[in-house]
Parts: sequence; structure tokens; C-alpha cells
Amino acid sequence: MSDFTSSFWPIFITVISLAGVLGCALLLWVTSKIKASSPNGDNTNGHVWDETLREMNNPLPRWWVWMFIITIVFSLFYFAAYPSLATYEGKLGWTQVGQYEQEMATANKTIAPLYAKFAAMPAEELANNVEARAIGERLFMNNCALCHGSDAHGSKGFPNLTDHDWIYGGSPESIQQTITNGRIGMMPPMAAAVGTEDDVKNVANYVLSLSGSNHDAARAELGKEKFAICAACHGADGKGNQAIGALNLTDDIWLHGAGEAAIIKHINNGINNQMPAQETKFSPEQIHVLSAYVWGLSNNAATSNVAQETTQ
Amino acid sequence: MQALNTQSTTYNDGVIRQFSIMAVVWGVVGMLVGVIIAAQLVWPELNLGLPWTSFGRLRPLHTNAVIFAFGGCTLFATSYYVVQRTCHTTLFLPQLAKFTFWGWQAVILAAAISLPLGFTQGKEYAELEWPIDILITLVWVAYAVVFFGTIGTRKVKHIYVANWFFGAFIITVALLHIVNSAAMPASMMKSYSAYAGVQDAMVQWWYGHNAVGFFLTAGFLGIMYYFVPKQAERPVYSYSLSIVHFWALIFTYMWAGPHHLHYTALPDWTQSLGMAFSLILLAPSWGGMINGMMTLSGAWHKLRTDPILRFMIVSLSFYGMSTFEGPMMAIKTVNSLSHYTDWTVGHVHSGALGWVGLVSMGAIYYMIPRLFGQKQMHSMKAIELHFWLATVGIVLYIAALWIAGVMEGLMWRAINTDGTLTYTFVESVKAKYPYYIIRLLGGLLYLSGMIIMLWNVLKTATSGKAAVATIPPVAAHA
Repeated sequence: MSDFTSSFWPIFITVISLAGVLGCALLLWVTSKIKASSPNGDNTNGHVWDETLREMNNPLPRWWVWMFIITIVFSLFYFAAYPSLATYEGKLGWTQVGQYEQEMATANKTIAPLYAKFAAMPAEELANNVEARAIGERLFMNNCALCHGSDAHGSKGFPNLTDHDWIYGGSPESIQQTITNGRIGMMPPMAAAVGTEDDVKNVANYVLSLSGSNHDAARAELGKEKFAICAACHGADGKGNQAIGALNLTDDIWLHGAGEAAIIKHINNGINNQMPAQETKFSPEQIHVLSAYVWGLSNNAATSNVAQETTQ
Repeated sequence: MQALNTQSTTYNDGVIRQFSIMAVVWGVVGMLVGVIIAAQLVWPELNLGLPWTSFGRLRPLHTNAVIFAFGGCTLFATSYYVVQRTCHTTLFLPQLAKFTFWGWQAVILAAAISLPLGFTQGKEYAELEWPIDILITLVWVAYAVVFFGTIGTRKVKHIYVANWFFGAFIITVALLHIVNSAAMPASMMKSYSAYAGVQDAMVQWWYGHNAVGFFLTAGFLGIMYYFVPKQAERPVYSYSLSIVHFWALIFTYMWAGPHHLHYTALPDWTQSLGMAFSLILLAPSWGGMINGMMTLSGAWHKLRTDPILRFMIVSLSFYGMSTFEGPMMAIKTVNSLSHYTDWTVGHVHSGALGWVGLVSMGAIYYMIPRLFGQKQMHSMKAIELHFWLATVGIVLYIAALWIAGVMEGLMWRAINTDGTLTYTFVESVKAKYPYYIIRLLGGLLYLSGMIIMLWNVLKTATSGKAAVATIPPVAAHA
């Protein structure tokens, strides 16, 4: 174990731990040997405080003494069996990491055949498999719903997974990659490149015009030219670029907030957004099942109604 | 020397009157905040959407108010009361004793302002920022000087057992506070812990567990050892038991902190040591319960007629129950179920409401009439009512959280055959909803009892006047 910087500490810990436990036993033994005297013959020790406070000489209750002894003896056996005295590993060889790994190995072995079956099936087929979809839903509810919502409709900053608006692509393979490695979405602050405050406002109105949102047409016209800077990532037509996760600006879906003010804010400050990688949490087979489920949210016959409602 | 008051023929009870009244006032305040946050768990809208009234800021306000304001004022009052009477002398350095009162109230006010504003060191039960920590240290050192100075100028040879417990509590809390609050200030109200990573967590729970062990156990055992024999008019059951359980308790508690960090980054060996010593702690803890309960032998009939004694004895029952539950929950296997659930919250409250709360109330009901020259409290019927409101409140509270805690623990670990979790986290939250309502009801009952107590105490105090208690002669030893 690397908990110690020198060989002194393990010895120190072992000595004071054992001395502590044995000290309890010694205390018990010594006290039980003390002969109580009762100078007044009233079974008290003769001391009086505050006129009436006295103490009796009753012995330690036997059952209590035995309870104390049992816990002391148990502790010594426990010390022998488990890692307890610094570097001593214990007769049972137990560690919490070992316990975890063993439980996981057993569980993985149990579920392996189930997932092996699914691994052999393409995602499109899995999305229509009742059993796989049920598993995918449970994985989703416990791991994805925290951000994307129980209905997968997302919220500000967390993409809706039931529409067809995919930032990094909506194929099962893309989704699988997103889940496995996560994604880091980054738009740099663009105010300096765009120009004056007025220019920023003009560009924002041009962006709004791309989706037919409420905008100032005169300003949009003025901002069109400056949009060339944005086009580097979002494309000349503003339809975004899935290869780098640049959002589509024409579909009236606003992940980070709609309206002129929100857009100006993002041009000025940029955006940092992250979906954490899940590869250490799941096996590749589980991610395969989960990807199929997520893909199915917008592609399945069963769920496409919901998806259509969302995208109008 | 008049300043040291060694020649005084009367007890210095002024500071005790102040602390006793404020204990009850802070009790009402702290429990009210508790009820508010219990209601917020049922109806999150009660956070009011404001940062200052959100659960995360009010919860430390609640714990600090009930532990350090209500519990702290009770401990100051009772220890000053007990140490004078069992030493047959007046308080050492009375001006310093006055400072402890005003200093401690300043700490409480600073906490009540800074916590809702969001200033925190982020350590449970040690949230207060460094300037307040320094004030606490000053007050505590003054407290130690007054207490041990009084012991040092005692007129009787032997030091009464209650004073051992008060003494251990004062010394250890000083040590715990200074070590755990060690931090590097970054600005007036921001600091960084002196420790990092798992060491920081271990220091915090060494502190946290011993705050329970010394502030809420040893200190209140000191209360028990004076007020139970006094109210029962019986001698303490066993002198030798008090010796063994005192030394074993204060020694063993020091080791038990790691059980708060089972199955974490804390090394396995540290967890095991903490668990083993937590089990050993059972007998020393129960020693106090036995000594208190058995003091009643020959006087059990008094429970029928004396609601104050009933407060104390039911308190000892809850003490026995929660000190059994504690070692049990410290077992790794049990802890893997109970940890992070409401079972822990229920466990803490069976100790806090049951043990600490009830024994404090009993002691204050004992002291108030004597401090204000009255034969008894203004209304004995109100004490009776308070007792039942408190007891039923505690039972509802802890039973609801036992069920909620075990249920959510089981829900969290339930696994399907496909390796997925059976329940989502939010399902476990939803399942607890009815129990949160019962818990709120229990808390409301407990608070209403405390409000009745405040009324009763104020009535008694205003209808009497500050009484001067003469120091009786020391009983001659046979």
C-alpha cells in the first residue's frame, strides 16, 4: 500500500490500535478489581456534593461487562481477518476494490450472453426489438435522463433527442461515438471578429432571418456580409456542420436560447458545452443497445409520432 | 481577592439565567428552521426561488442553530449551574463568564447572518467562516478558564462525575474545532481548508463524529449525571460504572470517525479500524444509559407524577436506542445500505430530538424555577403536554425516516437481470414523499412542544425574580 511515507507509521498505527483495544480490556479488568468501600455503611462511596448527590457502590452489571468483552474480542478477530492495521492485509484478503471487481465480474458474466445476442444485431433492428428497447430505456433513464430529461426532450443546453436535429449526426454510428467518447461543443467569442456592437446586432438579426424568426429586416440585410465570419463553421447557408458540431441556424431550434439577446450574448461570449464520455461506465455492447434506443427515439415507428410533434 | 470571588457566599446564577432563556429561544428558532426545510423537501416551491431561503443554505442554519445555539446555550447554562453546586463555590472570573455569554450570542448571530448569505467552509457542522471560527475559539478558551478555574477553586475534595464529562467535552471540542477549522484565509469571508483530498475528509469526519461524541454526548451526559439524581432524589447507581464508561467513552469515540467514510477513497484499513472501534463504543455508551436509568431504582413510581423526570428517562431511552443504532450502522455491510439515505437523518434525529433535546428540556425545567425563585414551573400541565407532543413527534419523525431510508437504500441497489438498475433515482425520491409528510408532521409536533416550553419559561421567569442562591456548607465526610 502506498498510504505511508515511511515504515514508522504502519508500526505506530498497529501499536496504538492494538494498545487501544487491549487498553479497554485492561480498564475493564482493573475497575472490576477495585474493592468498593462504604464508610457510611449505606452502599455509597461516602462522597456527598450539593447536599444530596451521592454515588452507590453497585458493581458493573454482568451482562454489560460481557457485552463489552464480546465487542473487544470481535474487534481482535476482525483485525486479523480484514485489512485494518495499516499495511497488514488481513487473512481474508478482502479489499473494497476487490469486492467491487468481483461483483462486477459476476454480474458481467451473467449478462454477457444477453448482450452478445444484441451485439450481433444492427442498431436499426435493435431499435425495434422489444427486449433491447426496454433495456435501452432503463439505461437511458438512469444515466441520460438527468440531462436530457425523462422524455428525452432535453432542455436549454441539453439537446432534444427526439427530433431530427442532430448536432454531430444522427446515424446509429454517430450516436454510438457521441455516447462513447462524449462531445465538447465550443464556439469562440466572435465579437472582436464581427466588429462593433452594432455589427453584432446586425449579424444576430441576419441569423434570426435564416430561420424566419422575428427579426429586423434592415439590420439583417446589413449583417449579411459579416455573417461570412460565422459561415466558416456554420456554413454559407447557415445549416451548420455536423463534422465539427456547428449548429444548424436555419431550423428554428435554439439549444442555447432563442431571440436576439441570446444570440448577441453567444456572439460576444462564445459557448462551451460538454457531453461527458460514457465509455468507462458501460461495456461497448451496452452502448450499442443504448445507441439503438436513442436512434429509435426519432426513427422508430413507435416513437416517430412524438418526434413529429416536437419538430412540428 | 474580590475579582476571583473565592469568598463569595452565593452562586453566580446571572449568566445561567441568560443562557437558559436563550437556549429555549434558540431552540424554537432552530427547530422552526428545521420544520421549514422539512416542508421544502415536501414542497420545493417553499425555497421561494431565492438563494437566501434555499434548502442548501437553510439546512446548515438549522443544524448550527439546534446544535450550537440551543445545545450550546444549554451546555453553558447547565455546566455553570452544575460546576458551582458540585464544587460548593462560585464561578471563577465572573467577568469572563459574562464574556462567554455575549461572545456566544455574537457567534450565533454571525452564523444566522452569514449562512443564509452563502458564506461557508463547506464542512458539515463546521460551516462557519474563519473570522467566526476565531471568535468561537476565544469564547471557548474563556469557557475553559471559567470552568476549570471553578474546579480549581472547589471546596470539596472529590470532583463530581458530571464535571468529568463537562471537562472532557470542553477540552475536546476546543481540540476538534481548532484542528478541523484550520484554513488559509483568502478574503474576509472565504478560506481554504488546511488539508486536501481524503485527508481533509478524514479530518472533517474525525471532527464530525466527535462533535456528536463530545458536544452532543459527553456534554449531555454531564447534564444527565447531575439532573437525573437530583430530580429522582436518588444516588447515582454505580460509581465504578461511571469510571469505566467515562474513560472508555472518551477514548473510543476518537477512533470512530472513519465509519462516515465507508466505501470511499479512504484506505480499507482506516475504514476497518473505524468500524471495529465503533462496535466497541456500544458498551461505553450504554454505561451512561444504565447509570442514569438504574439511578431510578426505588423511585420508578415518580415517573407517574413527575413529567420532568419523564423527560430525562425517555431521553435516556432514546440515547440507548441511538447508541445501539450507531454501531450497527457503522458495520460496513449495514452501512452499504444505510449510507446516503434518510435512515442516517432519522438516526441523527433520534439522538438529537430524543436524547439531546429531551434531557436539555428536563434540565431547563429543573433549573428555571430555582433560578427565578419559584417553587415550580408556571404550568406543570404544560410540561405534561410538551412531553407528549415531543415524544409523539420523535416517534413519527424517526419511524418515517427509517421506512423512507431503508426503502430508498433497497431501491438504489435493486438490479434487473439485464444488469440495469431497477429504479431511477427520481423514483426513489417520489416513493419517499408520504414519509416526508409524516416527518414534517413529527417535526411540527416537536416544535409546538418547544413553543409551549418558551411560553412556560417566560411566564415562570416574569412572575418570579432573579433568585440569590446561598452556597451550602460542605457535607462532612464520615
